[in-house]
Amino acid sequence: MTESWISCEEVVERLVDYLHQELDNHTSAEIERHLERCHDCFSRAEFERRLRERIARSGQQEAPERLRRRIREMIDHF
Amino acid sequence: MATSTRHDLPVASPQERKDQFEKQVAHLMDRLYGTALRLARNPDDAEDVVAETISNAWKKLDQLDDCAHMEGWLFRILHRTFISQWRRRQCRQDKEVELEPESGDDRFSLFEKLHQPFLLWWGAPEKEFINTLLQEDIGKAIDHLPDAYRVAIVLVEVEGYSYEEASRLLGLPLGTIRSRISRGRCRLQKALWQQAHDAGLANCCSQPPGTRGGDV
Ligand SMILES: [Zn+2]
Repeated sequence: MTESWISCEEVVERLVDYLHQELDNHTSAEIERHLERCHDCFSRAEFERRLRERIARSGQQEAPERLRRRIREMIDHF
Repeated sequence: MATSTRHDLPVASPQERKDQFEKQVAHLMDRLYGTALRLARNPDDAEDVVAETISNAWKKLDQLDDCAHMEGWLFRILHRTFISQWRRRQCRQDKEVELEPESGDDRFSLFEKLHQPFLLWWGAPEKEFINTLLQEDIGKAIDHLPDAYRVAIVLVEVEGYSYEEASRLLGLPLGTIRSRISRGRCRLQKALWQQAHDAGLANCCSQPPGTRGGDV
């Protein structure tokens, strides 16, 4: 049986979809296996993952007191 | 709410319902506002989006099957509220984004900029870069994205929606979402790189003369 190894180029091409869990199980598993063996692709994946975490945090921002008051008053008038 | 079996109050009174709603909304306010700010880009518009969201949510509160789903439900309303405002303004501009030719920015990779042999013996510049990134740098970079990319990025990268959910919310084909995410990410990374460079923070990462050239 010949095993087809996925290349670094293919991993790079699909990395974003992989991190978003948008690939089928087979492709996803192939990438995982590649990441276990390839240090460069692993570092790249780690970098993208950590950057993504930072980006996700940007959706959290202290709401101004003015807005909180406005919402409270609005709900009181419902 | 009504499923709770509290001895004295089998069904919440209107005032209790209101209090509970207010409490839940208050608890999510920082994230609602943060997300609205990333979408709308300026504080005044963001506050309006949040207010309209809360008002829409209150009107539809009967449709919420379970209070435990409040959070996801509220955020979907937030996105719909923003998107319907945005679509009205955006029709024309959105077309332009679609027609925009692929540029070098669409292949930009921060990792490739940072992960270079002459930098590697310094340690791990890419880790260093992420560690020194400020939250406001990221906010600024997202704000600079063209609308169509920004909205897709906020839905998928910030809110964690799947491509399919984003495609449904935006009423766009899956392939369009995929390409906007991919191009949006590259542009976001380019903006982060550019900002770091402008601020002189990327001194550990700047390219010495004679190496792979090109603009930043
Ligand atoms: Zn590799």
